[in-house]
Amino acid sequence: MKPAPFEYFAPTSVSEALDKLSELGYSGKVLAGGQSLIPAMNFRMARPSALVDLNKVKELSYIKPTSDGGLAIGTMTRDSLVEENALVNERFPILVRTLKHVAHKQIRNRGTFGGAIAHADPAAQLPAASLLLDANLKVLSKSGERWVKATDFFIGPFMTVLEPEEMLAEVVLPPLAPRTGTSYQQVSRQKGGYAQAAVISAVTLDAADKVKEVRVALFSVGETALLAKKPHEVLAGTVPTAEAIEEVAAYVAKNECDPGTDIHGTEEYRRNLVHVLVRRSLTEAVQQAKR
Amino acid sequence: MAEKYVGQSIRRNEDPRLLTGNSTFIDDINLAGMLHIAIKRSDFAHAKINKIDVEKAKALPGVVAVYTAEDLGDYWRPGPLQVPPPSVIKGAVFFARPLECIAKNKIRFSGEPVAVVVAESRYIAEDALDLIELDVEPLPYVGDLEKSLDPGAALVHEDLESNLAADVVQEDGSWEKAAAEADVIVKKRILVNRLAGAAMENRGLVANWDANLSLLTIWATTQGPIPMRNSIAKYLGLLENQVRLINPSIGGGFGPKIMSSQIDDVVIPWIAMKLKRPVKWIEDRRENFLGTTSERDQLHYAEIALKKDGTILGFKDVFYHNTGAYNPYGMTVPLNTQTHTVSNYHIPNFYTRIKMVFTNQMVVTPVRGAGRPQGVFVMERMIDAAAKELGMDPVELRRKNLLQPEAFPLRTGIIGQDFVEGILDSGNYPYALEKTVEGIEYEKFKKEIQPKARAEGKYKGIGVVMFTEGTAVGPYEGCKVMVGVTGKVSVITAYSNQGQAHYTTFAQVAADNLGVKVTDVDVVTGDSGQWSWGVGAFASRGITLVGTAIHNASLKVREKALNLASKLLETPVEELELEDGVVRIADMPEKSISLGELAMRSNPTRGTVEPGMEPGLEAASYYGPPHGVTGFGCLGMIVDVDPETGKIKIEKLVITDDCGQPVNPMVVDGQLHGGLQMGIGDGFYEHLVYDDYGQLLTASFMDYLFPQATDMPAKTEIIHSITKTSLNPLGIKGVGEAGAIAPPACMMQAFEDAVGLKDMFISESILNPSKLYHYIQKAKGA
Amino acid sequence: MTQKVKVAITVNGTLYEREVEPRLLLSDFIRHEIGLKGTHVGCEHGLCGACTVLIDGQSSRSCTLFAVMVDGSEIKTVESLGTMEKLHPIQEAFTEVHALQCGYCTPGFLMTTVEFLEGNPNPTAEEAREAIDGNFCRCTGYENIVKAVQLAAKKMAAH
Repeated sequence: MKPAPFEYFAPTSVSEALDKLSELGYSGKVLAGGQSLIPAMNFRMARPSALVDLNKVKELSYIKPTSDGGLAIGTMTRDSLVEENALVNERFPILVRTLKHVAHKQIRNRGTFGGAIAHADPAAQLPAASLLLDANLKVLSKSGERWVKATDFFIGPFMTVLEPEEMLAEVVLPPLAPRTGTSYQQVSRQKGGYAQAAVISAVTLDAADKVKEVRVALFSVGETALLAKKPHEVLAGTVPTAEAIEEVAAYVAKNECDPGTDIHGTEEYRRNLVHVLVRRSLTEAVQQAKR
Repeated sequence: MAEKYVGQSIRRNEDPRLLTGNSTFIDDINLAGMLHIAIKRSDFAHAKINKIDVEKAKALPGVVAVYTAEDLGDYWRPGPLQVPPPSVIKGAVFFARPLECIAKNKIRFSGEPVAVVVAESRYIAEDALDLIELDVEPLPYVGDLEKSLDPGAALVHEDLESNLAADVVQEDGSWEKAAAEADVIVKKRILVNRLAGAAMENRGLVANWDANLSLLTIWATTQGPIPMRNSIAKYLGLLENQVRLINPSIGGGFGPKIMSSQIDDVVIPWIAMKLKRPVKWIEDRRENFLGTTSERDQLHYAEIALKKDGTILGFKDVFYHNTGAYNPYGMTVPLNTQTHTVSNYHIPNFYTRIKMVFTNQMVVTPVRGAGRPQGVFVMERMIDAAAKELGMDPVELRRKNLLQPEAFPLRTGIIGQDFVEGILDSGNYPYALEKTVEGIEYEKFKKEIQPKARAEGKYKGIGVVMFTEGTAVGPYEGCKVMVGVTGKVSVITAYSNQGQAHYTTFAQVAADNLGVKVTDVDVVTGDSGQWSWGVGAFASRGITLVGTAIHNASLKVREKALNLASKLLETPVEELELEDGVVRIADMPEKSISLGELAMRSNPTRGTVEPGMEPGLEAASYYGPPHGVTGFGCLGMIVDVDPETGKIKIEKLVITDDCGQPVNPMVVDGQLHGGLQMGIGDGFYEHLVYDDYGQLLTASFMDYLFPQATDMPAKTEIIHSITKTSLNPLGIKGVGEAGAIAPPACMMQAFEDAVGLKDMFISESILNPSKLYHYIQKAKGA
Repeated sequence: MTQKVKVAITVNGTLYEREVEPRLLLSDFIRHEIGLKGTHVGCEHGLCGACTVLIDGQSSRSCTLFAVMVDGSEIKTVESLGTMEKLHPIQEAFTEVHALQCGYCTPGFLMTTVEFLEGNPNPTAEEAREAIDGNFCRCTGYENIVKAVQLAAKKMAAH
């Protein structure tokens, strides 16, 4: 299974990369970690005519604290570096938990943080994590810079708002509020495999244990990663009860996801998983927030 | 003679080479001027070929040739059949349709080869595949086993009246009588799904024709080097010894690598002779799923008749067996199914009928278990169904009906894959059952652990099933054993190795008889230039047949050595010892002569010899058993089920296995671990799925799943039962497939036990969390 | 005219300067361009792990990388471990407990184990099992490989 031929460019700086992308237009594609793109190319399901390899653009790999207590992560930072980084572990433990579910270590050693987000696989973890964490995405092109909220970034399966000459350069994560509990829940056939349904949630409580904010991100159950609305609507301002969580979980399963049937599971089964996982996720996040 | 090696767990001779990257696998073979092959395979499952346009492909720079069936001319021919039809079975109907190596007028399954590209690199060859255009007329897809026999169904083979490939009935006693006398009859429809061998190494072949020497050298990942070599020689018009077929190291076999008369062994050597350049074909993973044979895929309508005390009176099984688009492997797989439904329990009356059908799917040939898992699955599920019906404990019902040790040897009344009536040579089934029941702490689980877990909202369950494994069938295998002038020993056979430790276990047998170190025994397998008689690695027959031949041959060599030493040391043979590679006089150890010296002396270069003399310390031996020997055992499993998600965890596995005398217990355990992994895959992960157009949906590891390390239980216990067979001198039975046979049946019993719903009966052999969830929902709703 | 790109890749301590097609997979570079056959190819879509090597000390599939992407990197393959005469402690452990059968997947497991034990020199059975989860084996059922990883840890601690 060998890939079809392509033209290859290996810029060593961001500006060189942007020049090349602008020149190539629709025929150019960014090559980041390659862990999703190259298997597709080996199957000849993807046949880009030109690749712009960012692996030599060292300035795109970094993890920097931001002034508000969050983090800025360069697009080419390897997943395993993010996973093992002390600041990430301290400020976003849910991101570390999420990353541990991304395939296996060998893939994470090469796969990149930004690459996974730009690839926008509806069954992937990092796009959903970027929604959960309300990420801000820096998009560069030869003509300049723009910022896109993660919630505006994903438009369809493997489709984002990126234009052909643009690249995702940085992911900025605002800090988690105090008294925020999080939870990662996934059902996959095997460890490291694609989820059949997955839920990542964050619950912020006030001093009286009432909900200030609930964010519930879902993936593998729709055309893109999704952010459910009902949980916040129902739970905000309340002390969450098991019944309320159950009601929210049932609603999200019925109305806020769009799983299909495939050889691994039926739609009914997956909706059931969403129901169960939203319930488990919110329950765990609330517990954690209280500590 | 002290038993030094046989029975010992010793390190493998072959490991240092494999561990350090010093083995040669098929893709490691590079010859000067070598060309690379890629095969164009049909996307259509059923179609008439109008035209295959290869002109653009031929014009691509770097492409040397592109061939279709037309280019082969008279060389193109279907088959031959790899396994003959079961004419020995009375009334058997069999329509032989051997494999077509490359599609000529018609395409019969998605993945069937239609063209072959030869290029300077594999990369370019694949570029050329993209340029080949197929002009076809699609035909209706035949995929459903039952519907394939509907009148008016599209015909996979248009020269036949229907898609019936074979109809074989075997019976003993009277099912009707049993049914009439029964208190309870349980009927079930049971589906066994299709799975792949999926060895870590895909298939491959390298061919090199030296016209000056008239020598065609072929390296191939085949499990059957000699029959493949003979077939290649025959059809290319060469003498057998003008074709040298060599097995490189092979990365796993599991059955599909035994198939021959496929595009690789038929067309590639022809290309090598035509182009007069070495050619290499390495299958890739996608191609392996599409183009390599697979197995299971049966639909059973089974009935079991019992008295209310649990005594089985009779069993009936009418089943559809999917052979795919052709039936080159005869009736081997479904005959194994038939024989293994009735080989654990006392079944005085049975009727079993195979309806083999053609479909537009990949051809079915053995994958580890080779039809036995289906037979065991059906019988074990029927017993579980009967247990529910009678309100009996499933272990108790088995206990009641097991064949007892006194019953052996037992004629089964069913003709098996070796075309003789099955004889269960020896066994102690109750012992295996009791050891497993004890090992898995069955009573404690049912009385304490399960109720306690349930009270905590956890669903744990237990399964215990029996299995047999018919092994070591004929016709024969053979070997040569030779002492070299250095005193080291050569064991040469044609029995292919794909990881089963032959380089060690075969050496152990020879080393014991010749008093040498096992590391001084060099085993050569699968090189027709060194030994050219044999059949192949299948039916777990290696250690039994080849081991016995080695045992006999090495005893002959021992005799020659002692006789010669006796002359040279002027001492009667009875007073001689052979140990540490040296023959010495028992009470005068300083008078000795080494085996190497004896080998030298046994091959004079001058002078005269006595009439009938054979030079060297060398002997050949062949062994062909009258029938196979039957391994057996009992598998126990404890599982945890999450009914909300259908996810499962296997917490504990206990298997009692009997393979007669284990030659190397560590190797036997390794075979069982691997077999269990495949069996667990068989039950919950592995499934080859075709869509409604005959497209294979599971053609990569993303969709075809099998157990990873974390899917296997943390605790696996193996209990060895040793019932030596009297059929061969070492008392050996095969074990290669044993582990793979029972897990699906055991898992389904355990899942049902964990969930504990009265109306839940799992009637298919491959589950996943979604299916399990639906079974639970259905049973709850009932 | 097929594009060729210059690369300088160090493999097992030796620098290789070559001109390759951009689409040449790293696994093919290692096996056919350089001729190191110990790294095996099982799937070419990054899942089975037979092709696992170390790149700048980190385990990685070589079938899902183009050689050009690792220009300037240091690669370690199974050939960097032991020899037939003197096995590396991890290789010793594997043969001692029968952790290989056909041996095709084994080099991938060995390289994964090298990285793992560097980060976790005294793993539990569960940790060892998780660490090897990204390597597929069809022969052994993984049971003995888990044992081998723990035994290897002991052997390396003893050195």
